[in-house]
Amino acid sequence: MASSGLGMFFQNLKELPRNFRGSLIRHGAPTSDRTRSQAVFGNFFLHIHATRTHPHSLRLTTTWGLGVSLISQFIILVVTGILLMVYYKPSVDLAYDSIKDIQYIVPTGRFIRNIHRWAAHLMVAFIILHMARVFYTAAYKGPRAFNWVAGMVLFVLTLMFSFTGYLLPWDQLAFWAITIGANIAASPNELAHALGLPQSLYIGNIQKELLLGASTVGQEALVRFYLFHVMLLPAVFLPILGVHMWRIRKDGGMARPEGNPTPAGKGVGTMEARAIAPEEAGAKTYGLMAVVQGKSAHTGKDIDETVPSWPYLLRAELLVFMATMLLCVALGLLVDAPLAELANPAVPENPAKAPWYFLGLQEMVAYSALVGGIIVPSIVVIGLGLIPYLDREKEPAGVWFSGRRGRRVLTSSVIFATIAAVTSVAVPVKFGWLRNWFPDISQLIIIVFNPGSLLTAAYALWSVFIIQKTRSTRLGAIALFTCFLVGFVILTYVGTYLRGPNWAFFWSKADWPVH
Amino acid sequence: MPGRLEPDPLPRRDFLGLAGWWAAGVAIIGSVLGMARLPKPRVLPEASARFRAGKLDEFTPGVVKTDHEHNVRLVATEDGIAAMSLVCTHLGCIVGESSEGFLCPCHGSRFDQDGNVIGGPAPRSLPWLALSQAADGSLVVDKGKEVPQGEFFVA
Repeated sequence: MASSGLGMFFQNLKELPRNFRGSLIRHGAPTSDRTRSQAVFGNFFLHIHATRTHPHSLRLTTTWGLGVSLISQFIILVVTGILLMVYYKPSVDLAYDSIKDIQYIVPTGRFIRNIHRWAAHLMVAFIILHMARVFYTAAYKGPRAFNWVAGMVLFVLTLMFSFTGYLLPWDQLAFWAITIGANIAASPNELAHALGLPQSLYIGNIQKELLLGASTVGQEALVRFYLFHVMLLPAVFLPILGVHMWRIRKDGGMARPEGNPTPAGKGVGTMEARAIAPEEAGAKTYGLMAVVQGKSAHTGKDIDETVPSWPYLLRAELLVFMATMLLCVALGLLVDAPLAELANPAVPENPAKAPWYFLGLQEMVAYSALVGGIIVPSIVVIGLGLIPYLDREKEPAGVWFSGRRGRRVLTSSVIFATIAAVTSVAVPVKFGWLRNWFPDISQLIIIVFNPGSLLTAAYALWSVFIIQKTRSTRLGAIALFTCFLVGFVILTYVGTYLRGPNWAFFWSKADWPVH
Repeated sequence: MPGRLEPDPLPRRDFLGLAGWWAAGVAIIGSVLGMARLPKPRVLPEASARFRAGKLDEFTPGVVKTDHEHNVRLVATEDGIAAMSLVCTHLGCIVGESSEGFLCPCHGSRFDQDGNVIGGPAPRSLPWLALSQAADGSLVVDKGKEVPQGEFFVA
């Protein structure tokens, strides 16, 4: 039959589906542990997973599924974001109306916008929870130090995503947020002016001009922020996200307490690199581990206690993804994304409040733009990012709060951080600040001594004190991180609920003056 | 004896290799710097900072006029006319009038009638702006030019 040329062709045509499948997927149907492992190992999209997973990593209480949930939120944001781009127009004359169209005319537009907005808010909240989980289980230590830094970068990028995102509707919130953001970028001028430097050294103006493309907020600024939101930030975010996930595996998987390793299986753990013959390579599942050399986190680890990633890990991930979807969809159905009035350059809203995650910063900015908007956030991000390098104590990873001593430091730090944060808000509200006491005081002194800078210094001193007292850098790190979390929560609460018109203090919204 | 004054001669192959690395490095850094030049505009796309605030003879002593389009407040007194910017020196919100002077809605900066800071985060007082007279008799405000506080314009 295949004797004639044409016969051969038809034979190939008949076998095309099978041969195409064979060229696409080299292993057999995923019916056994071995073929499933091959599928995870050989598939571009699945190979981010190890072929086998330790059961400890799969327990809900190990990770609370926070990282996978964040990836899910990111995927939801990309998909809904692309859908919103179908109708959104980045022009000062059209942007607001196009959002209104999305809200009121476009089929499912309001729902998709709600989901996009909720996933974005959840992402900020979940990053903080994810960071707290990693921190309190000491999972940033040893080989995972760099991944903590990568995570901090992703945190900052996520905040940039959020900021550039809520500018796009060109409503009152958007317009005044860009104005304030651009002026924060220009706030080094505050220092230049206080020092009496010449106009050419006002680097703040250059930063502002780069951001706005002009000296005032307008069309140029909108296009730039749109470019950031849909192009530049994703282009930077995605590779770092890839590195962050890749490093989980390369750094030895999820942090877990040392168990009792069972004797290693035959040939596993051999450090010697050896060439693998091509015909043998197909039969290898985790044989590649044999060529890993040096101080890799994987060497010497036992595989006998692990379970195959397919189905156990993939199933857990799908579950978290579906739960995240459910959460976003439910929130999107229940609460609509807000749209303020059309941008009005003559009248800011009163009070003009940023979304909740920036209200802690807004609270600090209300003391000094330079300190609250640039210096303190930089110190916080760099300080938290360097924790793995300043605390190098060997620690049983995967244990919450590092045991009883850690829990004691946690409790005392919560109490200290609460008292310090409440004091930093209460004193200026009750007694005013330096300018009220000494009207002619130099701006330089206010830049150095204001409630925001003093609170940051108090937190830093507290953790140094804990290191000194307990002779443990890990406990000092717990103190610092706890102070950061408590400070963030309290300042966010004050900014959200206790500030009214003209950023004045009110115990309740009911006390706001009526206009 | 090789040393700092008489170093070992560099082999030609190493020299060419190093030259290649440096050339590639300089080319990449140069093009990155060149590209970084693009986002900084040479011409700012905006209206002139000078605008006409009205006919000069409207501003008899006692007249107070707030220009909401340009966020400038003009005050005419016996001493002359003064213009003050209403853009908060903290982070650029527009201040509103209050009993003691001006209040910023965004972060609570407080200014007195002359624009001096009396509270809140503003680093400096509200700037007074340069005034001039156009040929047609209107009063021209230059938002880009500051004058010392207390300097009134007399036509």
